[in-house]
Parts: sequence; structure tokens; C-alpha cells
Amino acid sequence: MTLQESFEPDVLGFLCNWCSYAGADLAGVSRFQYPPNVRIIRVMCSARVDPTIVLEAFIRGLDGVMLLGCHLGDCHYMTGNYYTERRVKTTKKVLKNAGLSPERLLIDWVSASEGERFATLVKDFTERVRKLGPLGNETDLEPQQLRARLVAAKETLAQEKIRWLVGRERELVEDKNVFGEKVSQEEFDQLMLQTIEKEFAKRRILLSIGEDALSVKEIAQRVEASPREVLRNMVSLERDGLVSVVGIEENSPKYRRAEG
Amino acid sequence: MNEVRVGVFVCHCGTNIGGFLDVPGLAKYALSLPNVVFAKDNQYTCSDAGLTEIRNAIAENKLNRAVVASCTPRTHEPLFRSICKEAGLNPYLFQFVNIRDQCSWVHMQERERATEKAKALIKMGVARAVLLEPLEEIEVEVNPRALVIGGGIAGMTCALSLANRGFEVKLIEKEDRLGGTLNNLYMLYPTHEEASKLVQAKTKEIEKNPKIEVLTSSEVEDVKGFIGNYDVTVRQGEKERFFKIGVIIVATGAGTLKPVGMYGYDGENVITQMELERMLEKGRLNADTVVMIQCVGSRNEKRTYCSKVCCPTALKNAMLIREANPDAQVFILYKDMVTQGTSYEDYYGKARETGITFIKYSSEKHPVVENGSVRVYDEFLGEELSLPYDLVVLSTPMVAHPDSADLAQKLKVPVDKYGFFLEAHVKLRPIDFATDGIYMCGCAHWPTNVGESISQAYGAASRASIPLSVGHVKTEPSIAVVDEDECSGCSLCELTCPFKAIRIEETEKGRKAKVIAASCKGCGACGAGCPQKAITMRHFTDEQLLAQVITLAEAVP
Repeated sequence: MTLQESFEPDVLGFLCNWCSYAGADLAGVSRFQYPPNVRIIRVMCSARVDPTIVLEAFIRGLDGVMLLGCHLGDCHYMTGNYYTERRVKTTKKVLKNAGLSPERLLIDWVSASEGERFATLVKDFTERVRKLGPLGNETDLEPQQLRARLVAAKETLAQEKIRWLVGRERELVEDKNVFGEKVSQEEFDQLMLQTIEKEFAKRRILLSIGEDALSVKEIAQRVEASPREVLRNMVSLERDGLVSVVGIEENSPKYRRAEG
Repeated sequence: MNEVRVGVFVCHCGTNIGGFLDVPGLAKYALSLPNVVFAKDNQYTCSDAGLTEIRNAIAENKLNRAVVASCTPRTHEPLFRSICKEAGLNPYLFQFVNIRDQCSWVHMQERERATEKAKALIKMGVARAVLLEPLEEIEVEVNPRALVIGGGIAGMTCALSLANRGFEVKLIEKEDRLGGTLNNLYMLYPTHEEASKLVQAKTKEIEKNPKIEVLTSSEVEDVKGFIGNYDVTVRQGEKERFFKIGVIIVATGAGTLKPVGMYGYDGENVITQMELERMLEKGRLNADTVVMIQCVGSRNEKRTYCSKVCCPTALKNAMLIREANPDAQVFILYKDMVTQGTSYEDYYGKARETGITFIKYSSEKHPVVENGSVRVYDEFLGEELSLPYDLVVLSTPMVAHPDSADLAQKLKVPVDKYGFFLEAHVKLRPIDFATDGIYMCGCAHWPTNVGESISQAYGAASRASIPLSVGHVKTEPSIAVVDEDECSGCSLCELTCPFKAIRIEETEKGRKAKVIAASCKGCGACGAGCPQKAITMRHFTDEQLLAQVITLAEAVP
């Protein structure tokens, strides 16, 4: 038996009360069998699931997360699943940026009458995660490194800028703004990716400093980035009031996280 | 009382859970969890004995949280919540753990792993229960008006029943007249009274009733809102009408399968029972030998269900043929004759006495219609017969109305795999939808005869009149709350909310988001996107969800 075959992935499913949870119940009523790897958390709407909670699941070592909602257009709350879709799209980008396969996160739709479809989705997703292997199998990162990156990813998703962009995506892409301008989907995706990369790098730096006072070079070592890139982020972090210079050692400034 | 004291009740559900999981083991495990001071397994937690046990345990053990691990919150949460309430425990301090529909029933061959999964689910449930907070329900007024969709016998009866209780009813019919399927029927079994007379009588009664407004040639276009407060748009030709509705009854009926490509169906010499009804009504039947074939397109791989009305219909029409023409020969070829109930078996006996010939065919060898005769393998004789015919009548099943999927989507209610509307619970809530305030009756649900449709219509009217009579409903208090100190007044939540339940207001602290409690439906979309994380979703807080996630990760070996 190969490692992948003997590996039993731990999968978490967030199911919306009205469609997918009802679909899962119907799978039970119809006795459609599926692997017991999945554990389900019921939410009223898939849109309740804050992306940071998804990241917490990965930080805690779960191998796959599925978010299931009503079919688009069928949401009990009319538009909830559209928000879920956009948030998951961004979460996948953040996962990828952190080094994790976005395939570990699934978004799909199951109606209250699709018991069989639910069972099939769980089967397929469990197999997909089994093939991916234990969390982090797809990277060369040490568990500690991976964890640090995932924590930074979670904080990235908590950032005001990112959450604003996600929340306004439909408006920005589909409607015109007050100046009569419209952003194309490609432009938006590009902007989102840049923002993710920037925010992620900053969160990594802040987390790596911890309680210490560090030089750019030391920070660069901790976050595996070039000193030049770190310096650029330090300037921006200082401007945001998140770090401050606490002294100079061997011609280079030492940074500490700002209080509060 | 600051100490959190959790009681866990694990249900065997007979053998539904007990047969596939180690239920006593689960109860023992539950007792080992933090804050759990009481845990017990019982045969049926939802039985009187089970409920009494919950009540007593809450009192005797000073429980301030109750967890039931059993079937699904979608059917049983209201029951357990009400028991908690009776026992003096706020119903929002109750937590459901689904170990049947989403565990024992779907992992029937994996006792050990399924039990492990159930343990994890119980642990997650307890972790959430510890963090639950008491909530008080919000009262909302009910629009004292019912919408009945479908003007067949079920819809007409339901509308009358509601109107006679004093409630205003809007009765929507797609066709240009009331009557539905009955308009296509001649005589009704087992009494042999004319369908048209029944329709006329009901129609007259409806026309006389000032509480009922009938909208024919009309269809529901849009439905928004929730129990007591639906905003319904009805399209009547070019016109759009808007109604404020309290409850909705689905009585849209069913269609009948047209057996195109089966048994040489041509609508002339090979026809359906429905087409035969019209010939009988008009006295146009001219056939000395009639062969009826049962279960055409039903009880097969594609449609496994029994449509139930076709056997008595065939008996009735066979008897009517013999009445009109005593020399006529009628054969009924059947798989099984289904004549359930106290009167229909006698009805079947009566048909046999009148000289109708019954031939049982097997599922493996279906009859064949060719060259003016029907070849059928008689299971009892063990040989093939050839029956020359003047007319072949195919008994086809009722099928879901083609529009039902569209209506289901508008009402956001489920249909089963055949497209019939799906009840909240097959035994416990047979004419309710899982969504509060929407009910069903008649063939929209599954094939029923006229008597059953009428019974269901009375039932649906009775169910629907509860919120109408009470005049108000309690809505979920699990709504969004804004922490004004954290809120930056950015208005993203206002933009996100599909119910316009949040608006930005000027306060002493500046621009802040405000939740309109009665409008908030508790989806949580605003909170999960708030840039400041300033919104808490009551009963589904970040802390509660995280506790479940973290506990699950810990439960992983």
C-alpha cells in the first residue's frame, strides 16, 4: 500500500441549512453510502463562513475543507452563495500564495433534493484530498514553516483591504463606479493578486518579528525573502504605524512591532 | 450559576442508529468530555419517555446546556427546543448533533469508523454548546391572507376551508377555469358520481364566498419574504398583481404520463385511461374488446413508484364499459392489483364479479401490442395468450407537473427525485414544507385520489390557519449585531445585505451600521465579510464555529 492509499484524510464540510444540509440528510434517508472522513458543521448560509475560519481549519491540520451551498440563484437568502463563491475564489488564491494546494478547498452546490449528488461530492473530494496526501504534502516546507505561512494567510484574509475588495468585486466588475468607470475581471483579478501578495508579505514580517527587535537582514532570513523586498515592506509597515525603529546596530535599523 | 453543565442524550433511534454505531459507547464517551455532567443513551429520545428523561435530567442535574445526538435538526430541533423551554432552559442553549442522517445511515458498513466520526461530532457539538448564549425570540405580525396555488379539487377545497374560517384567500389557477385534473375526468371511483358536478358545486361555493378572490390564467411570478410576511407577485396575462401574504399552500396537482412510443400508443386505437374517460363521457366508445395494460411507465427502473390511482381507475372504467355495453369483453393485464383500504378491495371484487378478465403478467415479460392483438404471457396459466382487440387502454402514472421545478425554485422548497414536492417529514409533518408557512395538498405531493386530495386540503388549511389565527409568529433571534465601537461605518454590510436589514446611521460616535431586527434573516453574509470584524452573528458566532473547527482538529488522532 502506498502512503496515499493508507492515508485517511480529515475533511471538514460547512453546509448551509436550507439546501446542502438538507441534501446531506436526504443522502441519509436514501442510504447513499459515502466515506466517513467528512465531519459536518451546519451554518444557516454558506456566506456565514468567514474565510479566516477556513484558514483556521488548515492551521489546525485538517486536510480538506468543503463549503456547500444552494445552487446559484436558489440561495434561501437570495445572494448569499454569490458572496461565498467570491470569498472562496480569494481564499484559494491566498492558499496558493501561502504554498498550499487550492484543491484542498472545495466550493460546490447541492440542492435539498440532491442526496445522491452530495454523496458523490463527498466521495470525490475525499479521494481528491487522499491523492493530495496529508496537509503540506504538496510543499517542501517544514510543518513549522507551513504553519507560519498559514497563520499569515489567515491574517491576510482578515485585512480590511482584502475584505473590501472581495465585498465590492461584483460592484466593481459589473457596475460602473461613480466616475462611470468599470473594472474588467482581468484587471480586478490582477489587483486582487497583487494585494494578496503585498498583504501576505507584510503579515509574514509582522508575525516573524514577534516580540523581538530585528534588522532587515534578520527579518529577511526568517521570512525567506530578499532584504530589498523586506525593506520596502518595512517602510510601508512603519507608515501604517505597525512597526517602529528602536535602535541602530551595525549601521542597520532594528525594528520592533508597534504597541497596540 | 456560572458553571457550564452540559447534558448529552444519545439516541438509538431503534436500530437506525443503534444498529450501526456503538451508542452506549458514545454516551460513555460524552460523559468524559469537559463540562459534561450527564450523559445517557435512550431508545427514542423523541418519545415521551425520552423527552421526560431530558426534562428530569435538566432539573435533577441542574443542566444549563442540552445536547441531543440523534437524527437531524431539520425535523427535530423544534421539539427538543420546546422540551428545554418547558424545563426552564432557554431553547437556544440546546445543541443538535446529527448522527443518523449524516452518520449511521451513510456509513452502514463501517461501525468502527462511523462510531469514531460520531464521537468527533458529539465533541464538536459539546464544544459549541458550552459557548451558546440564551436568546429571546422576536415577534412579527402575520398578514392575515393565504395564497393557494392551484385551483384543482385540492386547492378549491383548501381555499374554501380557509375562507370559512374567516381568512382572506387568493386562489391562483393557471388555466382559464377552476377544476384542474377533474375537468378531464368523467366518473369518480368508487361512487361513480360525475367529476363535473363536483367541480360545478365547488366553483359555485367559491364564487359565493366573498373572502376568496380567484385569479384564473395566472401564475406566481415571484415570492419574497418569510412566514407571515410574504411579498408575492402574480402575473395575470399582461397584468402584475402584488399581494401581502401570510401563508402559502401549494396545490398545483400533477400531470399524467403520455406514453409516447410505448405499446404502440397512437391516441386512437391505443389510448390512455384519461383519453378513455373523455370517450366514455361523450358516449363515443365503440369497442367490443378492450384490453387494459397496467403499470405503463411506472414501477420500472425510471419511475419506481406506484401511482396508486391507476388500478381503481381501470376497474371503474372497465365496469363503465360493461355497463354501457354488457356484451363487451374487457381484459385487465396487471403486475399487481393495488386496491388498498377498506372499500377498494370490495370494489375490485365487484369488478371481478361483473365478468372482467384479469391476467397477471410478469415484470420480465411485458405484454406486446402488434397487428391488432395483444400478446401476453399469463403467469398463472404459464402460457402466452393472444388477445385480439378493438381498443387498448394504457394505465399511465401521474407524474410531477412540469412547472413544479420552477415553482419550487421560487418558493425555495425541495422536490423529490421524481419532481413531486417534498414534505418536511414523511410521517411527522406530511403536509408541511420544511420552510415555515408553506404547506401542500393533493397530487403536487404524490399521486392521490379525490378523497385523499380533499383530506389533505383540509389538513393543509388547518395547518396554515394556525399562524393566521395566532396573528403573529416568532422569528429567530439569531440575527446580526453590530459592535459600534469596532464599526467604521464603511457600509459594506449595507451593500451586502439582500434584505436591506442593515443601514448606516449617524450616531454620536459617527456613522455606524444598525441592524433592523425584524428584517434580519440571520444568514451571516454581512459578518463574514465585515472588514472590521465588527458584526457578530448570534447563535453562529465566530467563537462557536471556531470551537467546532478546533475541537474537530483535536479529535483527529
